[in-house]
Amino acid sequence: MRTFAPILIVTALLATVPAITSSNVVLNFLVVALLIALVGQGWNLLGGYGGQYSFGHAAFFGTGAYATAILQVHYGINAWLGLFIGIAAGALVGAVIGALSFRSGLKGSYFALVTLAFAEVLRIIASVAPITGAGVGTLIKLDLRPEAFQFQSRAPFYWIILVLVGLSLVLIRMIEDSRFGAYLVALRENEDAAQALGVNTTMVKLLAMTISAAITAAGGCFYAQYFLFIDAGIAYGPWISVEALLAPIIGGIGTVFGPLLGALVVKTLGELTKLMTGDAPGLDLVIYGSVLILVIAFAPRGITGILLDLRHRLVSLRRAAPASMGGGHG
Amino acid sequence: MVEPLLRVEQVSKRFGGLLALDRASLLAPAGRITALIGPNGAGKTTLFSIIAGFAPPSEGRIVYDGADVTGEPPHRLARRGIARTFQIVQPFTTLTVRENIAVGAHLSRPARADALAAAGDVARTVGLGELLDRPAATLTVAGRKRLELARALAIEPRLLLLDEVLAGLNPSEIRDMMPIIHTIRDRGITIVMIEHVMQAVMSLAEHVFVLSEGRIIAEGPPQAIAGDPRVVEAYLGHGAASRMLAEGTGHA
Amino acid sequence: MPSSVILVPAVLNGLMTGAVYALIALGLTLIYGVLHIINFAHGALLTAAMFAAFFAHKLLGLDPYVAALGLTPLFFLLGYGLQRFVIGPAAHGEDRNILLVTLGLAVVIENALLYAFRADTRTINLPYAFDVIEVGTAFLAVPRVIAFFVVVAVALALWLIMRWTDTGKAIRAVAKEKLGAELAGIDVAHIYAVTFGLGTACLAIAACLLIPTYYVNPHAGNAFVLIAFTIVVLGGMGSVTGALIGGLFVGVVESLSSLYLGESLGQIGIFAMFILVLLFRPSGLFGERA
Repeated sequence: MRTFAPILIVTALLATVPAITSSNVVLNFLVVALLIALVGQGWNLLGGYGGQYSFGHAAFFGTGAYATAILQVHYGINAWLGLFIGIAAGALVGAVIGALSFRSGLKGSYFALVTLAFAEVLRIIASVAPITGAGVGTLIKLDLRPEAFQFQSRAPFYWIILVLVGLSLVLIRMIEDSRFGAYLVALRENEDAAQALGVNTTMVKLLAMTISAAITAAGGCFYAQYFLFIDAGIAYGPWISVEALLAPIIGGIGTVFGPLLGALVVKTLGELTKLMTGDAPGLDLVIYGSVLILVIAFAPRGITGILLDLRHRLVSLRRAAPASMGGGHG
Repeated sequence: MVEPLLRVEQVSKRFGGLLALDRASLLAPAGRITALIGPNGAGKTTLFSIIAGFAPPSEGRIVYDGADVTGEPPHRLARRGIARTFQIVQPFTTLTVRENIAVGAHLSRPARADALAAAGDVARTVGLGELLDRPAATLTVAGRKRLELARALAIEPRLLLLDEVLAGLNPSEIRDMMPIIHTIRDRGITIVMIEHVMQAVMSLAEHVFVLSEGRIIAEGPPQAIAGDPRVVEAYLGHGAASRMLAEGTGHA
Repeated sequence: MPSSVILVPAVLNGLMTGAVYALIALGLTLIYGVLHIINFAHGALLTAAMFAAFFAHKLLGLDPYVAALGLTPLFFLLGYGLQRFVIGPAAHGEDRNILLVTLGLAVVIENALLYAFRADTRTINLPYAFDVIEVGTAFLAVPRVIAFFVVVAVALALWLIMRWTDTGKAIRAVAKEKLGAELAGIDVAHIYAVTFGLGTACLAIAACLLIPTYYVNPHAGNAFVLIAFTIVVLGGMGSVTGALIGGLFVGVVESLSSLYLGESLGQIGIFAMFILVLLFRPSGLFGERA
């Protein structure tokens, strides 16, 4: 239980926010930040822990979003059920793409390329297929009832996404402390050595990708409920693939809280950009791309890495201090 | 006669036009230390890679514990009890020594705590007990070699393939490693070792196979191999054996 | 069986389009062959080059073929600078980081163009854009014929550079054996940057060849680069021959299939082919093992 204490504390603290403020601006900001944190946590499992960098996580986000949206709009399925089906759909897409890619032995740049391509294919299909509304997009009808997963105020949305994020934090922590997690990290470090130790690296990667896709798809489902409108560019667009990897990298790739920290930073940057230069399209992504390059260049382990380094330095300073105060030796 | 634990039968390996291995055969009796020696480029590591499942042979088969395991993937062979170390050590650099070894220990222990505990035991066997919580990246070459060994031992193998486990060590480090290898053998683990450090081969191996240009050119007990003119020629070049013989008689 | 009256022009058109595809693919495969990185920023750089060609015409009244003379060295320097001062240093030599940095560059460049020029599609009007040359029964658009011969000239020039100049030999040395080249005294960082610059210069030329007949918008480069990626993967990562032959091949296939199937299946078809090739033969037909 001790290992989950930080997660519980952070989640509890965050849960008090709606009690402290009723500002829609703040709540909206946090809801979107938590959404990106969830999506980023999905990427983090496969990319941070597993070392397989996907450039097409939009494929899972969009599948979750469209699954729940289409089920509600065209088949009258309940939105909560839609959430579960959307997560399952995302997981399935992840399993398929993973099976195809890992069976073929794709890794590194080739893997990134193929995930990018899959996401683009889905985007194009969604932009022309009648069931997704083609170019017009899909609108979920306003139906402000909790049973329909829609709420008058932002606070319930906030708590729901917070629960989802909290669950993802717990899940990642559990994986960290498990054989699956040990195998995943081992194959990231050295796939051959891992295989020589009995790790079925293809299966481990596939499982990681499936779980990763499920987590990201949950984010997509939530997006659909919160904004009630999606189109091909929103659901499967590069913006979400970029934010999915940016958040964990900024916050600390391969760590439990990395995506959450990073998402807060990413969204803060986005808001600052908007404040300073208005809503011009593209500028936020310019900032994100630049930050990505800067982080890789100067702080590849992200904020968590910086904090760990600081702590390390403080600890060694404290160790050195008593010796130097003990007077000089010949 | 007892069936050897490992039988490599007439294994050939072609890379494009290059014949890296030419009907190489060897056997490793259970519970013994068998050495595979030969000049650089002979194909020793290629043979190990094939035995350990990292590459399929072009011809021939690998028989382990009576079963034909040719072409099985590495992780499957590991589960059968074949462990290998790599010539160029490959630690999991961001993990601690304990976490490194635990990856191997997990093979038979699903629970994290069990694997970490077992890792500690294995570490002490190879003398890494003091360094358990250090990052693997901070180890010296000798430390990394021991880590490589410990990881392989953690999967509780019956056959251990050591690829130049003594390379890069200074004489005192080599002296420290030898008893560890003996201990492993005494536990009943069959060892096949590729080695260039001749003193180790002489004192550890009970049987030696010599590979040169992809072919097994000699086999036998270490003393016999040392004097075999074919082996001398393989290492020192054509005519070297007779030259040495001539020089030998010159110093009556 | 359609008559040669329809087939021949389709094939010829395919070859001409394919030539430009080949040039774009050539830049990509050159960078991969020497630096061993997949340049995710290739599409954005092509878009930037197309915008540059567009504005060279709009603001300076320069004909694209004339503008190429200035843009090619300019983009060479841009590519050189990006590799030398951004990608190389930022990545610290780690493959995973190079991936992310080139992705970051792609995002920055593409969205900077979006921010600066909005998403509108622009075209330029040239007096000779619709002139045609008659070859037998085929009417071939003049800009495309020019494009074909320019690409042949560029390929030849690159071949000569690789063969006869010291820099070219250094590039080939680094591509084959980086450590050895370094030990022989070659400045690898410089060679990497030169190669990247050459790849980007190819894009500048390709942009000038495309602009008479194609539109420009912040996403234009991506469509062509996707085709280039498919060509490179098909023809083999790092294989110049593969890029050239693959380019012509894809151009002809595209031309013939739009003859029979119409344009709409285009994009998905190319992506599908790309994915299939990646899955089943990432080393391509001529290239090194993935």
